[in-house]
Amino acid sequence: MSITPAIAKVQELQLRQDVPDFSAGDTVRVHVRIREGEKDRIQVFEGVCIARHANALGSTFTVRKESYGVGVERVFPLHSPRIEKIEVKDKGRVRRARLYYLRDLTGKAARIRSLRDIHEQ
Amino acid sequence: MRGVIGKKLGMTQLFDQEGNLIPVTVVEVAPNHVLQVKNANGKDGYNAVKLATGESSGKNLTQPELGVFKSAKIAPQKTIIEFRLTDKEIAAFKTGDTIDGSVFVEGALVNVKGVSKGKGFAGVMKRHKFKGAKESSHGTHEYERHGGAIGAGTYPGRVFKNKRMAGHMGDENVTVRNLKIVGVYADQNLILIKGAVPGGVNGILRIFETKPKAPRKTVQPSAAKKK
Repeated sequence: MSITPAIAKVQELQLRQDVPDFSAGDTVRVHVRIREGEKDRIQVFEGVCIARHANALGSTFTVRKESYGVGVERVFPLHSPRIEKIEVKDKGRVRRARLYYLRDLTGKAARIRSLRDIHEQ
Repeated sequence: MRGVIGKKLGMTQLFDQEGNLIPVTVVEVAPNHVLQVKNANGKDGYNAVKLATGESSGKNLTQPELGVFKSAKIAPQKTIIEFRLTDKEIAAFKTGDTIDGSVFVEGALVNVKGVSKGKGFAGVMKRHKFKGAKESSHGTHEYERHGGAIGAGTYPGRVFKNKRMAGHMGDENVTVRNLKIVGVYADQNLILIKGAVPGGVNGILRIFETKPKAPRKTVQPSAAKKK
């Protein structure tokens, strides 16, 4: 269903303005606010963004990393107030928008060439 | 109970302070004009207020309706709904007044009435949540969505009233109680209600403030026993 102007307006107020420019293939550090009892703590999740899903306020992005030999993926709502900050560490050169093929690769094969390296050449 | 007329614009999601996504319905509360005030001790014999909203060219209104607008000095409106009120509440209304979404405050509870989406002639599984046939083999066939038996035999020799069967579903008045208001945009005539409300987009809603819950009567055990 298409979004009516009134609903778009309501959503607009909630959209984050500080989202950096990043896309699939980029290495990102996501600072997530985590509530532990009474205290707030910030945890950093660093990995490769393997997909971005655009849907106004419902937009999400998926970050994949390997942790102790186990692949871990987290889907973050892009506009969630729980996300303190998104840092883009590296831009990757990839040829598709969804990098689901990384799930079948590990170690050296799962690397993505950095755009920075390519420019240097 | 005081109420206003609103229009459902659709649903979306919002983040709350903790970052939880909550479902909200966006409702337009365009200015409601007080078209007529009926008084218990006047010629009408009961207390009510007639609200009108939604600008109209007047093309689809009858002459008598247009007459009412003319005498109230209000431009013709599309939707006219009467709300019954108590003696006390009626005093606050005067013909020609306007009410808008700003009567609502964030965090308040409301009851929302609307007409549900029509589902047409629906079978028992959809209409009454019957389970249908659990087994479609072992000799049964063409029976997956049936309701089963509808009663005993010669005694009572009839089907009981209110037996749940297939029939028309939806397109009826539905009230959803205790919905929280999570946002009021008075400048845009919008209010945000947590959760779903009856009907489709552009459906007309009646929004009432929820009556505060009466404190529960506690019966003293000793006093109850004496009786």
